[in-house]
Amino acid sequence: MPPPRFVMAIDQGTTSTRAILFDHSGQLVSVAQLEHHQYFPKPGWVEHDAAEIWRNVGRIIPRVLKDVGATAADIAAVGIANQRETIVVWDRMTGVPARRAIVWQDTRTDTLVDSLSQLPLAAEIQARSGLPLGSYFSAPRLRWMLDENPRLRERAERGEVLFGTMESWLIWNLTGGTDGGAHITEVTNASRTLLMNIHTLNWDPALLSFFDIPAAILPEIRPSMGSYGLGRGPIAGVPIAAALGDQQAALFGQTCFAAGEAKCTYGTGSFLLLNTGHEIVTSTHGMLTTVAYQLAGEPAIYALEGSVAITGSLVQWFRDGLGLIRTAAEIETLARTVDDNGGCYIVPAFYGLFAPHWRPEARGIIAGLTSYITRGHLARAVLEATGWQTRELLDAMNADSSLSLTALKVDGGMTSDNLLMQFIADVLDVPVVRPMMAETVSLGAGYAAGLAVGYWSDLEGLRRNWHLAAEWLPSMDPGRRDSEYKNWLHAVELTLGWTSNTAR
Amino acid sequence: MRTLVEVGFIDQDRVSGRYGLASGLTDLSAGHVDPNELRARSMNWADPLAARSGEAVRVGVRTGTEALIVHYVFRPDHSQQQADVGAQLPGHATALGKVLLAHNPAAVALFPARGVTSYTARTITSRSALTMELLQARSQGYAVEFGEHRPDQAGIAAPIFGSGGLTVGAVEIHGDLDRICDPSGTARPKLVAQVVDCARAVARELKTERSGE
Repeated sequence: MPPPRFVMAIDQGTTSTRAILFDHSGQLVSVAQLEHHQYFPKPGWVEHDAAEIWRNVGRIIPRVLKDVGATAADIAAVGIANQRETIVVWDRMTGVPARRAIVWQDTRTDTLVDSLSQLPLAAEIQARSGLPLGSYFSAPRLRWMLDENPRLRERAERGEVLFGTMESWLIWNLTGGTDGGAHITEVTNASRTLLMNIHTLNWDPALLSFFDIPAAILPEIRPSMGSYGLGRGPIAGVPIAAALGDQQAALFGQTCFAAGEAKCTYGTGSFLLLNTGHEIVTSTHGMLTTVAYQLAGEPAIYALEGSVAITGSLVQWFRDGLGLIRTAAEIETLARTVDDNGGCYIVPAFYGLFAPHWRPEARGIIAGLTSYITRGHLARAVLEATGWQTRELLDAMNADSSLSLTALKVDGGMTSDNLLMQFIADVLDVPVVRPMMAETVSLGAGYAAGLAVGYWSDLEGLRRNWHLAAEWLPSMDPGRRDSEYKNWLHAVELTLGWTSNTAR
Repeated sequence: MRTLVEVGFIDQDRVSGRYGLASGLTDLSAGHVDPNELRARSMNWADPLAARSGEAVRVGVRTGTEALIVHYVFRPDHSQQQADVGAQLPGHATALGKVLLAHNPAAVALFPARGVTSYTARTITSRSALTMELLQARSQGYAVEFGEHRPDQAGIAAPIFGSGGLTVGAVEIHGDLDRICDPSGTARPKLVAQVVDCARAVARELKTERSGE
């Protein structure tokens, strides 16, 4: 029998699920994709139907195989990349979700988290989990779900229902579901729950008791790569061999395997992850400590993570809210009608300032307005906001760890903006590089799965697959960089305290 | 009138001498795609073209008789390379330029009858030979450059059609002569197919409404 030709990645994202086949050189061979419904039952609530997502997986797998005439025998392994922090609880006997999944964007647990933060153990949360106590992560959602329905809590305590993040749900179903499906979670996903101890990589009893979560409901924590079980149906016998949270998958797909390597994904928001190797760096500057990946039988590799809430969405606002451009890409055309920002700065603190400031009461401003300012200057200021926010994250990471970045690997939709990419290289004072394979999230899942089963022999082999598509070298005068950064930081200061001092 | 002819807004019938509307006018509305938009829409297709062909990829639009590079993807061989986004290539001496001119007939008239810049011994310098070359590029759906700009370089380019069938840009691979063409100067069919497929994929992408970012 000929050796398998491809690896399959399943990219379970916030709006859609995709199955992708990659060949040995890391080239994308075939894609199938289905979107799922977004449920918004109340303001701030976001839900998905986990059963619908699983049905979609069942439809895209045969489709992606059929596209290239492949069968299960052609697939070396399946890897999963998934939206992080979204939670599902389902019935062990029937496989039916107890209710709709609560999605990472959901903010219903804000008040719950406020009251939890009054408890004595709250001060220890970050030291144990690597994360600040926040509504962004999974544990408060699970607590909310168990509080919502006392019968569900009883059943959880009896072990009749199972909890998982999205990769748990898919792995359980892929490996047989009610017929012996494996109830496991992958360590990078578990590191986003607030329930796992970042040092031991086990569920932490103190955290379970803090959030009042019964241990019986929890999956077993597994490395990012290993044998989770074998597929059924159209992928019968194919090892389900890897999973990674989406941002960690992008880090892996960008082959950031060494300490000091970093990637930033520029989308609606942006996510900067810095590989810190075996070292657990605890941030004093608002960064998150998270697991980057873990090879089977090896200690985990860690990362610092910083995210910017508003980057691509600021361009969307410029397009849809102000109507100054028709398409997002046109912002570069408009920005190039002027030579600089004209002294104008936009700080997009639409919902407060996130990392590294964490000032929820702040609101956005346009600073330095004069009659000289045209829409071209505003377009510049919009793009520059993304550059400066990246600089703030990197400065915070540099303050937390001794690693110094030699280049920033980028991906995501905004990397098509050359002016922005050049500006980021200029303000970070490091080269910005874009890989030829834009689908870094699914590629990371594919790489991890292929590595687990020997389709690729080692990390170096994967590095050789990484090809440079574009590079931007820093060229800004250091004096100008410093004075512009000072101006930006001053503009940031002006946003602070806005909602504390204004009437609604 | 002469200016209007030159910029391609109207053309003059050679026999009757009458003037009529030319494509340049419609280019202003339906045919025009913002160069940065073209890059954003090309990116997902130019990357795999570079990966599969093993060559550098350029996406360009026409300005006068030249091709303006709006997107550049490095050749995937770990070598040090320079992206020349924003540079202008001579229309008569490059695959990208020729395919853009081939689909904008009015543009040929912008060339001087004699004295077109010669870059190598193979550069096409006469207007009549160029017209023949462009006719062929138009009928076969792609243009080939065989050592006409740099003696050791070759290229293959195909047009990107926007809504209404107008050419809004072109995609090209370029690299070492012996990799792109066989010794007789014929472009390698497999590479031609890859370039044409890429141009079609970008054209499809341009016609779909884009949501999000």
